[in-house]
Amino acid sequence: MNWTVVQRILGLLLMMFSLTMLPPVIIAIIFDEASWLPFVEGFGLTLAAGLVIWLPVHRSRKDLRLRDGFLVVAAFWTVLGTFGAAPLYFADSITMSLTDAIFESMSGLTTTGATVLTGLDELPKSILYYRQQLQWLGGMGIIVLAVAVLPMLGVGGMQLYRAETPGPVKDTKLTPRITETAKALWYVYLAFTITCAVSYVIAGMGWFDALCHAFSTVAIGGFSTHDMSIGYFGSTAVDLVAIVFMFAAGINFSLHFYAWRYVSIKHYSQDTEFRAYAMILIVLSFLVVAGLFYHQSYASPGDTIINGMFQAVSIATTTGFTTANYASWPAALPVLLLFASFIGGSAGSTAGGIKVIRCLLIYKQGLREIVRLVHPSAEIPVKLGNKAVQFRVVDAVWGFFSVYIVVFVVLMLAIMATGLDQVTSFSAIAATLNNLGPGLGDVSSGFMTLSDPAKWIAIAGMLLGRLEIFTLLVLITPTFWRH
Amino acid sequence: MKILILGAGQVGSSAAYHLSREESNEVTVVDMRPEVLRELQDRLDIRTVVGHAAHPEVLDRAGANDADIVVALTDTDETNMVACQVAYTLFHTPTKIARIRAAEYMNAKNLFTQDAIPVDVRISPEQLVCEYVEQLILYPGASQVLDFAGGRVRLVGVKSDRDGLLVGQRIATLKEHIPNTEGRIAAIYRQGKAMLPEGDTVIQDGDEVFFIADRKDIRVFMSEMRRLEDPVRRVVIAGGGNIGLRLALALEQTNQVKIIERDQLRARQISEQLNKAIVLVGDAADEELLLEENIDNVDVFCALTNSEEANILSSMLAKRLGSQKVMALINRASYVDLVEAGSIDIAISPQQVTIGSLLAHVRRGDVVKVHSLRRGAAEAIEAIAHGKEGESKVVGRKIEDIDLPKGAAIVTLVRDGQVIIAHHDTVIQTDDHVILFLTDRRKIEKLEKLFQVGVSFV
Repeated sequence: MNWTVVQRILGLLLMMFSLTMLPPVIIAIIFDEASWLPFVEGFGLTLAAGLVIWLPVHRSRKDLRLRDGFLVVAAFWTVLGTFGAAPLYFADSITMSLTDAIFESMSGLTTTGATVLTGLDELPKSILYYRQQLQWLGGMGIIVLAVAVLPMLGVGGMQLYRAETPGPVKDTKLTPRITETAKALWYVYLAFTITCAVSYVIAGMGWFDALCHAFSTVAIGGFSTHDMSIGYFGSTAVDLVAIVFMFAAGINFSLHFYAWRYVSIKHYSQDTEFRAYAMILIVLSFLVVAGLFYHQSYASPGDTIINGMFQAVSIATTTGFTTANYASWPAALPVLLLFASFIGGSAGSTAGGIKVIRCLLIYKQGLREIVRLVHPSAEIPVKLGNKAVQFRVVDAVWGFFSVYIVVFVVLMLAIMATGLDQVTSFSAIAATLNNLGPGLGDVSSGFMTLSDPAKWIAIAGMLLGRLEIFTLLVLITPTFWRH
Repeated sequence: MKILILGAGQVGSSAAYHLSREESNEVTVVDMRPEVLRELQDRLDIRTVVGHAAHPEVLDRAGANDADIVVALTDTDETNMVACQVAYTLFHTPTKIARIRAAEYMNAKNLFTQDAIPVDVRISPEQLVCEYVEQLILYPGASQVLDFAGGRVRLVGVKSDRDGLLVGQRIATLKEHIPNTEGRIAAIYRQGKAMLPEGDTVIQDGDEVFFIADRKDIRVFMSEMRRLEDPVRRVVIAGGGNIGLRLALALEQTNQVKIIERDQLRARQISEQLNKAIVLVGDAADEELLLEENIDNVDVFCALTNSEEANILSSMLAKRLGSQKVMALINRASYVDLVEAGSIDIAISPQQVTIGSLLAHVRRGDVVKVHSLRRGAAEAIEAIAHGKEGESKVVGRKIEDIDLPKGAAIVTLVRDGQVIIAHHDTVIQTDDHVILFLTDRRKIEKLEKLFQVGVSFV
């Protein structure tokens, strides 16, 4: 282990992160609110902490190794969740316990979107903005941002990038330089955010709501500035804009990058994962809308279709916006949606879940076993598009899948042990591990009723989900620490 | 600069390493073996593409469309040539460099033209290594001999010892020691640390001294640093591969050459090509054979087989059996440090020898020659000063007024074929070949900028 390097980068990242507490101050000034002080305090605290960590080792010039990358990313996300909570904890306008503040900050950064706050509509704008901004930073990954703007990370940037980016195959770079790749991703991300905000404004939102919701839409986060989420606006146009951008943000961002670079959409249609992703959403929307029609949950067909589609896309991409209280929908629909969130979005997107590509590979392997039963001596590679997938990748997918299930079961049992009922426990862990947000039962509108231990378990779930488990899990194995 | 490297073999990997270390380069490596590429990408900040290096589709995926340079370094000459052809025809790549091993291709006239096989620069690592070893044998005692300005000036690295006339004295006294010579000490490495020499620097026993001198004065200079060794007469070469054979051919007229080759058939083949050298069939690490061939009277034992471990062991054995000096061909950089501290006198690293000729083409500004030294930590560069006074940051200025980065020094100028040793008040003129020594490679970009001419000139 290379402690000095880990420490130096951690310090640098913290100092960089401290800057993100300044925009809310501007918002406070714009809206003439008195709530700017906690952000300045948070900024000072984070900057000071970063300096204290960085200064003793700032001369260290060693390269980051593979192992250090895991440590930096895991440590950074943990530390970040904590420091990100500072402004919320210091704020006078809301009284939050430390647990609540960390829960809220972690839920923001991991783009989960589960909240412990009520009465959002009355909160100062600066605090609302800060929550949305946390989601936006966490969406593409604040470390990817760091790799883009801190050139000194060099080769180490690749190690960090890999530890943070979701998906089974992490070696594909868009450009030869990792810095350039990270920059490209953030440009695409930024472009999406701006387009989304403008679309929201056109659809009838005020600019503040539009900006805030654009942040949480492209990050597939799910925080809103209103208790009723997107439902507050009651506008079909807003719903449609949200559906389009949630769908787009759930696609692998390298596809967006290629589309922009080569000015063509052929990369989308050629990509197997994208086709599967689109197919899943279409089928799911269809099922949900059909179910709602069958039970006649809504009076008008228009409402049925728009609510069904919105909820299907929002939950399946793990965003977690709501226009209707889907937990009270009839029959199997709520659980169907919850299960869809396990699949989640595409690899390399801002969505959570297991990721479409992994599910696709597992599904294809299942098919292969069936073919093998019929043709015992056939050689059948698992293919994506026309290319055979390497054994290593297929192995890794299986490993990931089984660990995901195990982690899910362990967390669910743990949270049940705090005294929650089964539906609440199941949905709370699904909602956090998949970075979804709203669950069923007691957690359908928020996590405020949970006990502190249950909240900490949920926090662990969110972090595990965002870092795709292994990055964190590897740290608690003895192999990692052995020299 | 966008660089496409085809082939992730030893030379390809080390080229990727050296090139990607420079921030302004974007390197993409193409190879057929995914596992090699994965390992490479773990270490370096590069992009990798799996596929056949000459296939248009693969080159397209690797970004040949906007690549500035294609460097074809695969194992086969033919693949390299076709890759350059494809890059030229389909992607209009400006600079195409290829490794060509076979002397038959290299010697053919009019083959490498734009309308035949468009390879701008041909690199033959075997030939470069062979020339390198030849120089070392020509100047016994030197650890490195590198050409500049078409061979008129040479950079020589020597390890000083107590018998050197200048050792223990200030460098300023050099002029009194040898009045009528042209040369200058470029850098001194003491215990692995670089220092740029000043007039009152004192050379100590065990320093590695790099000096630049006119070709005719090299031996005089060497005698200042260490005891002059007798010219090499008897040479034993272990390994009759491409490099071994070339070296034997180059040396057999002037020296007594014996070459040991393991394979009977190959031994037969090379014996037919050689006229005076003696070809021995056997194992280079066979004590009996070495003794029988009077290894104790040999001036230089040169292990050049494909296997670096065998090279290390056989040269260590030869040293113990009494060979004056032993050299071993070693690919792995980590081995080089390991053995040079021990009983092997000179480790020859093909990558390091080759990389310089690649670097010269990647540098901005008109750079004619780059030699990579000390595993790439330092560089000796020959650049041409272009432009007129006022347009260029170097032309028309005294050397002391040039804003050189720290760790860089202008050592020598070559003006119209004349060697001029650089002093603080020497004024650089248009079209001078300026030879610089850079102890800190990270400053290379600043140096490049100096030699780029303002937009008005282009």
